[in-house]
Amino acid sequence: MQYGGKIVIGLVIFVGLLLLPTVYDLGAGSAGYKQPKLQMPAPPNDKNCVEDTEWMRKNHMQLLNDWRDWVVRDGKTVYVNSHGEEFEISLQNTCMKCHNDKEQFCDKCHETAEVTPYCWDCHLAPKGAK
Amino acid sequence: MNAFYSLIFVFALVLIALFGVGAAHLSYFFGVILPLAAVIVFIVGIVLKVLGWGKSAVPFRIPTTGGQQQSLDWIKQNKWDNPSTASQTFIRMVFEVLFFRSLFRNTSVSLRNEDGVPVVAYSSAKWLWLFALMFHYSFLIIVLRHLRLFMDPVPFFVPVLDFMDGILQIGAPRLYMSDLLIVVGLSFLLLRRLVVPIFRYISNAADYFPLLLILGIALSGIYMRYFGKVDVIAIKELTMGLVTLSPKVPAGIDASFYVHIALVSTLLIYFPFSKLMHMGGVFLSPTRNMPNNTRIVHHENPWNPDVKPHSYEAYEDDFREHMIEAGLPVEKQA
Ligand code: HEC
Ligand code: HEC
Ligand code: HEC
Ligand code: HEM
Repeated sequence: MQYGGKIVIGLVIFVGLLLLPTVYDLGAGSAGYKQPKLQMPAPPNDKNCVEDTEWMRKNHMQLLNDWRDWVVRDGKTVYVNSHGEEFEISLQNTCMKCHNDKEQFCDKCHETAEVTPYCWDCHLAPKGAK
Repeated sequence: MNAFYSLIFVFALVLIALFGVGAAHLSYFFGVILPLAAVIVFIVGIVLKVLGWGKSAVPFRIPTTGGQQQSLDWIKQNKWDNPSTASQTFIRMVFEVLFFRSLFRNTSVSLRNEDGVPVVAYSSAKWLWLFALMFHYSFLIIVLRHLRLFMDPVPFFVPVLDFMDGILQIGAPRLYMSDLLIVVGLSFLLLRRLVVPIFRYISNAADYFPLLLILGIALSGIYMRYFGKVDVIAIKELTMGLVTLSPKVPAGIDASFYVHIALVSTLLIYFPFSKLMHMGGVFLSPTRNMPNNTRIVHHENPWNPDVKPHSYEAYEDDFREHMIEAGLPVEKQA
């Protein structure tokens, strides 16, 4: 092979980069990764969420986005969910009243999925268990 | 027609994944077996292809040059376009790989008739360069951001990319600029082939298919994030299982994810056998990766057989008897 040394070095780097996540995860002890355990709201707030849990998992960011627009742009402050229940539209006073431990709830998911909502630049997180 | 067949084929792949998971419940096949097999084909395929290239003959230095070569001291050399040393060539390659420098010099030819005299004119044509760069960098950023699904804890550069990419803070989930740009880039590359007659004439199915496939991947990803909504945490359990080789398929993963990953797997399998191998090929291009030092360094053909010198005197020594017998003139008599 011509220039075999250089070509093999290039291939080793290429394959090494592709295998890096595997090595990293095994090194960090992340084999057998499980979805994070969330701190669910304590009674009396443990009945149910604004919408169904499955739906909330996938759509809560969209819902918050709509809530923000409805309040700030349209002045609408009451949300009626799919079961006909009414909620005050508020990040701090509705979501975070029930989910009062941000670190053990929102952040648990967001850390593992690498989402960093910038909402907390302005909105206050509940002071709950630090 | 070529474009049409490619489009049908990408649609077929989407439908196969949709029905495979939705109707036939093959989620383990589409979520685990297919992606793992695709990664193996991808890695082994590329390694074998590159080793195959490595075995082929290396020619005399044939760099294509675009400037003054090294000459007398008082003549200024164009170091990056006509490199004569290994380090200059390295820099030339860096420009080529990171900034597509040779594409930047793309020109278009036009033929005009001025008072019955044909006039040829060359003008700069930078659109291809611009949109190609846009597409490739968006792709790179998206792939690097995807590492959040494959590494835990998420490495430091992913939040940085995520912040920069979503800095416009439009909506929630935040709009990524790379998502827009990859679609714009790909659309241009596709329309260029479809609209300009010259390019349509030389375009094959193998040109349309990768474009449409990658467009399909990007659109299915965009659908998942902004429209369909998927359970990213459940998907991370699946992807982490893939990289740590302890595969499992958690509940609650939507069909759109299987479409995305089936298209990605197709891309990985197709990659080593297609023109997409220019990713490896650019590094092995003899017209780019060789210094132009033919007047400085003696080139010895590397696969020459080892031929010992044989002087005429020695030749005559070997055959003198026969030569005299045959009546041939000899310099030294027996
Ligand atoms: C009345 C109290 C209450 C309010 C208000 C509330 N939640 Fe919930 N939420 C819950 C409960 C209880 C659950 C768990 C339901 C279950 O276990 O099935 C939950 C579940 C969730 C989940 C899914 C967690 C999982 O299991 O993966 C998310 C995400 C969520 N809530 C976000 C929000 C957001 C965002 C808001 C504000 C728009 C909000 N919640 C408002 C009580 C509430
Ligand atoms: C620049 C500061 C700022 C940021 C960042 C911000 N908000 Fe707000 N938000 C406000 C202000 C100011 C209001 C208006 C409060 C009012 O009118 O009573 C508001 C109102 C809201 C409301 C309705 C009223 C309420 O009490 O909650 C929601 C919902 C909301 N924001 C959600 C979000 C979400 C979700 C994010 C992150 C994606 C976010 N906000 C980021 C400043 C901010
Ligand atoms: C089940 C896990 C989970 C829980 C619990 C959760 N989130 Fe999220 N959240 C996510 C995921 C995953 C995303 C990113 C979705 C994507 O990338 O498509 C996200 C995105 C967001 C975004 C949009 C971020 C952006 O700018 O792109 C906001 C805002 C948000 N979450 C708010 C909350 C709040 C507030 C809570 C707590 C009340 C919460 N989330 C709880 C998983 C979760
Ligand atoms: C060829 C490589 C790939 C390309 C070009 C690509 C492209 C995209 C794009 C453009 C998005 C939109 C959101 C974003 O930009 O983050 C996306 C989302 C997504 N992709 Fe990919 N993808 C690729 C490979 C993969 C692989 C291998 C997986 C997992 C096995 C994957 C899983 C996902 C998931 C789960 C989402 C949704 C993320 C969210 O909702 O925020 N992708 N993809």
